[in-house]
Amino acid sequence: MKISLHNVVKTFDTFRAVHGISLEVESGELVALLGPSGSGKTTILRMVAGLEFADGGNIYFGAEDATDIAVRDRGVGFVFQHYALFPHMTIGENIAFGMKVSKVKREKSAIATRVTELLRLVQLDGLQDRFPAQISGGQRQRVALARALAVDPKVLLLDEPFGALDANVRRDLRRWLRQIHDELGITTLFVTHDQEEALDLADRVVILDKGRIVQNGTPEDVCRNPANAFVMNFLGDANRLPATIQAGTAHVEGVPFQAPDMVDGKGELFFRPTDIDWREQGEGIPATILRVIDRPDNRRVLARTDGGHAVEFDAPPEFSHGIGAAGHLAIQRARVFAAP
Amino acid sequence: MNSKEMTRPRRKQPPRVGDHPAFRRSLLAVVILITLLMVVAPLLVIGVQAFSLGIGYFGETIANSDTRHAILLTALTALIAVPINTVFGIAAAWAITKFDFPGRRFLLVVIEIPFSISPIVAGVSYLFVYGLQGLFGDMLQSADVKILFALPGIVLASLFVTAPFVARELIPLMQAQGRDLEEAATSLGASGWRTFFSVTLPNIKWAMLYGIVLCNARVMGEFGAVSVVSGNIRGQTNTLPLHIELLYHDYNTVGAFAAASILALLAVVTLIAKVALERRGAGRRPTLAAPAPQTEI
Repeated sequence: MKISLHNVVKTFDTFRAVHGISLEVESGELVALLGPSGSGKTTILRMVAGLEFADGGNIYFGAEDATDIAVRDRGVGFVFQHYALFPHMTIGENIAFGMKVSKVKREKSAIATRVTELLRLVQLDGLQDRFPAQISGGQRQRVALARALAVDPKVLLLDEPFGALDANVRRDLRRWLRQIHDELGITTLFVTHDQEEALDLADRVVILDKGRIVQNGTPEDVCRNPANAFVMNFLGDANRLPATIQAGTAHVEGVPFQAPDMVDGKGELFFRPTDIDWREQGEGIPATILRVIDRPDNRRVLARTDGGHAVEFDAPPEFSHGIGAAGHLAIQRARVFAAP
Repeated sequence: MNSKEMTRPRRKQPPRVGDHPAFRRSLLAVVILITLLMVVAPLLVIGVQAFSLGIGYFGETIANSDTRHAILLTALTALIAVPINTVFGIAAAWAITKFDFPGRRFLLVVIEIPFSISPIVAGVSYLFVYGLQGLFGDMLQSADVKILFALPGIVLASLFVTAPFVARELIPLMQAQGRDLEEAATSLGASGWRTFFSVTLPNIKWAMLYGIVLCNARVMGEFGAVSVVSGNIRGQTNTLPLHIELLYHDYNTVGAFAAASILALLAVVTLIAKVALERRGAGRRPTLAAPAPQTEI
């Protein structure tokens, strides 16, 4: 089922959480809403679910206007960050709940069969008589997913589904979620503040800032062609140096960078820590090493340019220059954005 | 640390309050003495006095029609007031914890007023509202509705005094639980009632029972507010606590104690129920700036 949002607005008291968002999620697509806290991503998800109502704009499920349909009748599966499993019911009862309260009457045996089937799908066979308190966090989230899927929802909505789990479990679960999605082909929208999770899992990433969409594209799009400084910063470590743009060239501490189609004036040069080569001499921005931090796969070097700006870059483990060494930063794949 | 070897706090360790055995012993002695004098002794006296003229006289007092009526009236009041305040408590806790509305914090404070106000104030204010010279006095009289010096007045006064008991147990619990469970249930297609009965209620039942037990004990024991509005008409509007006072004023000490022993028995039952519920995890959650429950006059 395709989801379309047209100019959706939401205001809490005096705070405008969502400023006229328009978004399309194609049938069968897996889309991530990515943004820092306060960017409005959860609010958008809750409006799609019907847990909040939009103050303006429309939400369509396929051709049907779902804007004012209550959550109960909207036919969505919602997975909460903190699972929201019913603590007084067993795993089996939790999964069966939606089928029991449904307006569509089901045979007891049909419900039991479906519960077993779903437990197998989420790889928790045999755990149906346990209570939520007796299983691990990762297992709970899988039960929550099974419970949401039990009512055959038109769309699946997940609010920070792995936010409360530790790193290893998180990685396993998201690969697994991708598998399930590919198997079922259900339209899925999920919210996360973790860029790695969004890039790892989604077909398309929608990046939000202060209630607005700042970029909407495939993981490759947003990584290779960040729309602005915010996206660049948010997707990973980034260095920033002030630049002066003149006639399609950005000048940074005496070094020119291409900035085609940019308006003359103040700008900012952004680049990733992995895109720097340290040169003892030659071209580049002159800098001095302040500190070297060792990491399992590389060395992180903290340096200061002669212009007084801090820069961090990654060097191979063989990097042998120490504190106080002077040299030049050769920057690749740098991007220039207009100064805010 | 071996306390037997410690005649005084060792200098090398930072001295802690109460480390000195003399201090510890005297503190314990004082606490035990006060408990014996102020709690255990009076209860013992009730028991001893109630049966001082033999079990026959005890039975006679209890079987006395006025006493029987007082017991029934008290039970009837509890049967009406406790369910009403339970429903009120759930509704109030639900409203405060699950909705956002202006005046939420104010409502939270208002609900707790009966805890901090002397019950006699409640009684007197009911006189002013429903009494003959009161706000609705003429209206009520012309409609021939009797509130004061009758069961409705007693129930109203009891309701006022015990309004916060259930709400106060539920609010912190429901606040901690948040709205996720209800939202999950509705997103799965459950109706409002279904959500309440199969998701909300099972998760608050122990705290709710705890509140009900405390509320019931207080309704049955309420004296101050009820004594103002009931008019103390023997055999008609005398609740058990009022009846005890009446017997006492009649110089029927044994009768008073016999009746009092019933209330004391209720206290013991309440205590057992309270402990049993606390084992279930009810009533131990942090309360919201709750004043200590006031003791009865």
